[in-house]
Amino acid sequence: MIKLKIQSLHKRESELANSERQLEILSNGIFLNGELPKFKEKIAQTNQFPLRPNKLEIFQINLGYMCNQVCTHCHVDAGPDRTEIMTRETMQQCLDIIKKTEAHTLDLTGGAPEMNPDFRWFVEEASKIGIKDFIVRSNLTIIRANKKYYDLPEFFKKHNVHVVSSMPHWTKGKTDKQRGEGVFDKSIKALQELNAIGYGMPNSNLKLDLVYNPSGAFLPGDQASMEKEFKKVLKKDFDIQFHNLFAITNLPISRFLDYLIASENYEDYMYSLVEAYNPEAVKNVMCRNTISVSWDGWLYDCDFNQMLGLKVASKVKHIKDYNEELLQNRKIIISQHCYGCTAGAGSSCQGSVI
Amino acid sequence: MSKTYYDPADLKKFGNITDWSEELGTKFFEYYNKVFEEGALSAREKSLIALAVAHTEQCPYCIDAYTKDGLQRGITKEEMMEAIHVGAAIKSGATLVMGVQMMNKVNKLDG
Repeated sequence: MIKLKIQSLHKRESELANSERQLEILSNGIFLNGELPKFKEKIAQTNQFPLRPNKLEIFQINLGYMCNQVCTHCHVDAGPDRTEIMTRETMQQCLDIIKKTEAHTLDLTGGAPEMNPDFRWFVEEASKIGIKDFIVRSNLTIIRANKKYYDLPEFFKKHNVHVVSSMPHWTKGKTDKQRGEGVFDKSIKALQELNAIGYGMPNSNLKLDLVYNPSGAFLPGDQASMEKEFKKVLKKDFDIQFHNLFAITNLPISRFLDYLIASENYEDYMYSLVEAYNPEAVKNVMCRNTISVSWDGWLYDCDFNQMLGLKVASKVKHIKDYNEELLQNRKIIISQHCYGCTAGAGSSCQGSVI
Repeated sequence: MSKTYYDPADLKKFGNITDWSEELGTKFFEYYNKVFEEGALSAREKSLIALAVAHTEQCPYCIDAYTKDGLQRGITKEEMMEAIHVGAAIKSGATLVMGVQMMNKVNKLDG
């Protein structure tokens, strides 16, 4: 069993902190010698290259890479040592665009987005705009991390925020292995608090969804079956309820790539992804309906491309120059990590895509 | 030729058995896939049965495949180990119940 270091790659000064090095790994070896086809070749087989956007639906903003947790598989390489945080000025630029965009969903992510000192101001301002679906990706433990966060459930409720939270398993052992010692107990407590004010309850408008991503070098199982199992155990053991479970595949980048290499699972994992490739999933892959904004205002096709430093292939690359029409004409940037979103029933921040 | 009988990479080639007998191979895989669909038993229960049988059959390919399948389904290591004990209990029970035949024989010959 591999014992992972619980520090960000940046803190450890790992070579994988460099996104160019990650892209190099993803393009060499089994993809260079022809053992496995490159993603570009694979989607070209069904005439889906170059990949183009569909209608824009989701505006996803990363408020910063700072996090109270250091999860072993984090694709953001987030952690307490990460200081990249969105400023109020960039937030204002985002707000100006949210007022005009065609996207019906605003999706705030991080790190722990709540750790941004202007998080509450931003949520208050954004909620005035009247977005159809306003998501905050909360890691749950932040609610119990410090007194100043204890009222977050009430704050979310006040602004009708749709809470989406990670929960890798219904058992303590598997959850803590991936997300850190004590995370399971704190997450359970936070979920109970959210339930107590109406989040996740049947017929409640206060939406609470959970995200499941595998704790190791394997793909997620069927989303509906996993949801059934999660609901059964969380209700029985902890009297917790939630609405939907999103099963998300771990993409081979950042800390998960580090884990795959260190545990000698990289090649087998890439084989699994390529074998599970499903051309149907390409039709609905999330980069086709999403724009991802980084903490410093740069624009990306998705959160994964953001972490790999792959800015959109458009004249417009920054929120200050935002032009939706121009952006919608872009070609989406792809590499071998994209196999993670097209395996099986597909994977996105909203779970399976088929 | 490989110097060992078991190469984990061969599991990926399982589908190739249809190359030398297409009709039978295809029928086998159709049957195989149908068996593991949700039915009166859940796919999850079937995965655990498969894991236990993989051990009693001592098939390294099947053990690799159904350990991974179990993890993908969220099956815990405790559940997997219990399933293997079920297989082991039947294996050892099947051996020991033959002891009755031995006892019968001893009683007949030397009772």
